[in-house]
Amino acid sequence: MSEKKELSVSAIEEGTVIDHIPADCLFKVISILGLDNCGNLITFGTNLGSQRYGKKAIIKVADKFFEDEDLNRIALVAPYARLNIIKDYEVVEKKHVTVPQEIVGIAKCFNPQCITNNENITTHFSLVNANVLALKCHYCEKITTEEHLKIL
Amino acid sequence: MKNRSLVSINDFTKSEILKIVELAAQFEANPNQDLLKHKIVASLFFEPSTRTRLSFETAINRLGGRVVGFMDASSSSTTKGESLKDTIKMVSNYADLIVMRHPLEGSARYASEQSSVPIVNAGDGANQHPTQTLLDLYSIKKTQGTLENLNIFMVGDLKYGRTVHSLLQAMSHFNPVFNFISPEELRMPDEYKFWLDSMGIKYYEHSEFTDIISRADILYMTRVQRERFVDPIEYEKVKDVYILNNAMLDNTKDNLRILHPLPRVNEIDVDVDNNPKAYYFEQAENGVYARMAVMSSILGLV
Ligand SMILES: [Zn+2]
Repeated sequence: MSEKKELSVSAIEEGTVIDHIPADCLFKVISILGLDNCGNLITFGTNLGSQRYGKKAIIKVADKFFEDEDLNRIALVAPYARLNIIKDYEVVEKKHVTVPQEIVGIAKCFNPQCITNNENITTHFSLVNANVLALKCHYCEKITTEEHLKIL
Repeated sequence: MKNRSLVSINDFTKSEILKIVELAAQFEANPNQDLLKHKIVASLFFEPSTRTRLSFETAINRLGGRVVGFMDASSSSTTKGESLKDTIKMVSNYADLIVMRHPLEGSARYASEQSSVPIVNAGDGANQHPTQTLLDLYSIKKTQGTLENLNIFMVGDLKYGRTVHSLLQAMSHFNPVFNFISPEELRMPDEYKFWLDSMGIKYYEHSEFTDIISRADILYMTRVQRERFVDPIEYEKVKDVYILNNAMLDNTKDNLRILHPLPRVNEIDVDVDNNPKAYYFEQAENGVYARMAVMSSILGLV
């Protein structure tokens, strides 16, 4: 019911609603999805109440349907994000995100001696463990864990 | 292996490792060959490492190849701010193969992605030094007759020592038992222990360097460096505990051989040098044959 109410605030006719984003990751999600360079109508709310996070954010993008591959990129910062696909004001599909096996150009390697932190190089990690997030750097082979994870 | 870079020992399968070891033996039996005639190898040392560079250049010369390059970054355009990418793009247009030593971790993988010719990693920071591992494997095979089912003791700095980490990974193909002897501060990192657990490989940890080495087939020594200790008093406490001397070898197995990646400081007493179980100088010589094997197989010449 609460979902319905939120949607009615600024309902979109067609598009995607991304819900359950941790409030402090809103702008990271915007940047990961490239929404800062997107011409579509975008509305967002933040610091909304959430049982899971305390504070959550929500983003609504009109007339945009993301590829799963793009959406999964936000799983690094918003692993519990939920997607509602809206057509004609109705939720026609719900999706969850999953952390991708290969993470390119999103996260920063925690190793200061890594070449990616010293030259202008796109970072590249493979997922070692999704439960306690652990990413292995394709270059220096060191493992960046959730506590040291920084988003570029 | 043809046209593939050698960045990490983990890039090689068991059969590829065995192939290199076998080839190294052939080069040792017949060290002067013209396989690299008319080939140019670029030797790019962004940080000085005389020992490794001489070993590679000897290997190239024994194969009749020619070397171009630089010995440290201060003599190259990198001091003018040229990126690694640009250096590699340029040099890979000149040479048939690039041997690269670089202080930053992951630089070799990145170079291999930018280069139009294969890269041989001659050490990227604390990360990988795969030809060292291959020469260690060749030394083990030569002295033990096999790589299978050996009891390998690793002693000293097991936390930061990249040679022990790479050797551990490479030996995992051959059903070893490991014994790790180190100060508390320098124990084998958990990630390697978890990995050994997942592979079902047995290992034991010790903080005392005692007669437990009577069970060893290989004793792989590394340096314990003062700067690794937060507390200098802790270093003073352990510094003499991890020194191998000749008397400690009395009750060891006849086939035991002592390896060390060199240079040695004081972790092996000089009275060990004349013991037939000391193998570290021969081990260094084996590096030339292992590197001949690596370069000629990457260039598809054998
Ligand atoms: Zn890295």
